[in-house]
Amino acid sequence: MDDLMIRISHVSKEYRLGQIGGTTLREELQRKTAKLLKREDPTAKIGQKSVEYGKRFLALDDISLDIRPGEAVGIIGRNGAGKSTLLKLLSRVTAPSSGEIGLNGRIASMLEVGTGFHPELTGRENIYMNGAILGMTKREIDSKLEEIIDFSEVRPFIDTPVKRYSSGMYVKLAFSVAAHLDSEIMIMDEVLAVGDMAFQQKCIDKMSNACRQEGRTILYVSHNMNTIRQLCDRCIVLDHGHLIFDGDVEKAIPLYLNHSLGSEVPRMDFTEYQRQKYLQRTDIRIDTIELIGKEDIHYFRNEKVKIRYHWHVNADVKNVGIRFEIRNENDVPTATSVGYNLYTGKAGDRAELNCLYDLSILAPGRYKTVFTVFEKSSYGLGADLDCVFAMDLIVEEPTLSNLAWDAKHWGNIILPEPVLVGGD
Amino acid sequence: MESEIKHFQIVIRPKNSLLDFKLKEIFHYRDLISLFVKRDFISKYKQTILGPAWAVIQPLLTTVVFTILFGSLANLTTADTPKANAAIPGFLFYMAGTICWTYFSTTVNNTSATFINNAGIMGKVYFPRMVTPISIAFSNLIQFTIQLIMFVAIYIVMLLTGTAVLCPSWYLFLLPFLVLQMMMLSMGFGIIISALTTKYRDLQMLVGFGLQLWQYATPIAYGLMLVPEKWQWLMLVNPVTPIVLTFRYAFFGTGYFSLTYYLISWVMTIGILLLGMILFNRIEKTFMDTI
Repeated sequence: MDDLMIRISHVSKEYRLGQIGGTTLREELQRKTAKLLKREDPTAKIGQKSVEYGKRFLALDDISLDIRPGEAVGIIGRNGAGKSTLLKLLSRVTAPSSGEIGLNGRIASMLEVGTGFHPELTGRENIYMNGAILGMTKREIDSKLEEIIDFSEVRPFIDTPVKRYSSGMYVKLAFSVAAHLDSEIMIMDEVLAVGDMAFQQKCIDKMSNACRQEGRTILYVSHNMNTIRQLCDRCIVLDHGHLIFDGDVEKAIPLYLNHSLGSEVPRMDFTEYQRQKYLQRTDIRIDTIELIGKEDIHYFRNEKVKIRYHWHVNADVKNVGIRFEIRNENDVPTATSVGYNLYTGKAGDRAELNCLYDLSILAPGRYKTVFTVFEKSSYGLGADLDCVFAMDLIVEEPTLSNLAWDAKHWGNIILPEPVLVGGD
Repeated sequence: MESEIKHFQIVIRPKNSLLDFKLKEIFHYRDLISLFVKRDFISKYKQTILGPAWAVIQPLLTTVVFTILFGSLANLTTADTPKANAAIPGFLFYMAGTICWTYFSTTVNNTSATFINNAGIMGKVYFPRMVTPISIAFSNLIQFTIQLIMFVAIYIVMLLTGTAVLCPSWYLFLLPFLVLQMMMLSMGFGIIISALTTKYRDLQMLVGFGLQLWQYATPIAYGLMLVPEKWQWLMLVNPVTPIVLTFRYAFFGTGYFSLTYYLISWVMTIGILLLGMILFNRIEKTFMDTI
């Protein structure tokens, strides 16, 4: 027990979807009475299904983690993976929805630079202010004041109100205060992204020292893999609130990079795939998706795309369709092909489907793919049975005779060429 | 697993226990409280010509307006008891009420916005959230002290020159308790509102308006005798009233003091503060998600 610095035990953090807070008392009363009378929520937007309102979203899903003193742990993951939520829980800005966290020491969080700086106060006064906010007593700050000012490189301006500071000076001062805290645990969320290169390096050195020589524990969130490599000796990868990897930095980084780019293999296995939380039905589970006759994910624009689906059926299904959504590199939905009534099956069945797609309207570029298996109800609404994010597709222009496609201005869809016609 | 977590120095759980006010932790952060007070004071008067003199000018002008409006024009009584010669010299009477009420209303007003005004910093770093309302109560206390000094100065001048008949009473020794009670009461009300405003912003609109109405329901600009005797109890269960009445009684040696109502108002003060702290405790952990 004594050799643990942080223990995170089955921690989840749940947010309610839709608008929360900022409601007026009247709306709240209306909603409550409607719920009592089992009527439709009068405050819901038109077209919004009442079940959707208040749907839960897990920013962190059952995370357990032990961290020992002196470890420098990097936390990486895509936007929305839950990195910052985790740090917020650790720094006690908000509380977990379930689970417990144990800490064996004080936490200094450097979530954002200059937090708690008051523009009217001088640099010196702000050092005291910021130190106190981070939990230092006046005496502690007194004893470190000179060291902090030296490290910050802003000594000539230390008695000037910080509202006159440049943003770089602001950052340097803020970092210096936090770095000189006597805390056992340091939390940093991309703080090193600011400041000039020399100062960044200085900060990393300072952090490594704190960690290796003083035995302090560091948690560091960043999208900059170089600083993660320099600073951390252990790395955690988060994805959609799940902890998907915990271990060596060099193994973690490619995992994260692949995740954010999408896979480049022509055949993907989804038997172990972590489904999105919103999927409530498990009637069908996709096992594999394969690009037939391909070694890689490159296609010429006029080439047809043949896809083979393998899935197993858990409950009887009827008139199942497949929705094949294509997103561009910025994750903007670009085009979708919907196949209706492709399959009907019984529980326990295993199925193989081969589909041929024509993607010739897609402009050259890299695309992400999402496959959704759905069942159509009689109202024209679909119920999603399974959904997976699959391999990327790279579309290339087969001929050089056309203009180079400028997707930034023209979009991702190539409409058919015009046809010259007569005057009337 | 559950029991293992207990061995850690700090344990983070989904909810606070309701009565765990973490007073020790707040004490540890006392330097932060004093820095917040200092910051408020400095930033309030920075780049003003008159500086802290503003703390004196505001109640002075209010008192002058009250003296003309309620004293000379409306001719409202300044007596708190039906006894003869109970009327108190107008100027001092209004000033006593004004400085008490100003402290109370500014503190309620400022603390009620605790979460909303500090969402930026509270969203980034942890410190016991109660530090903010406490520091507000103290920084308004500085202002109150300045005003009290002014009041006492005028009082002494009038006493010595014999402009008015004044007899200070032994009740002056209650003054520290009155101030303490005002701090607790206004902070209590403020944090109740602050806890509720994280969800319902309506209350924020109500605070300024409500305080104004409340002032009329408190004998600030008139003596208690303005109210018919059989309705006076209604005024007296307003927890601010006994504070103001006792304050005046202490300085002027005449007026109204009832131990019963004074104690009732203390009980209410403690009750409101406790309720406020419980609500605050409940909300402080997750208010960042709803604000």
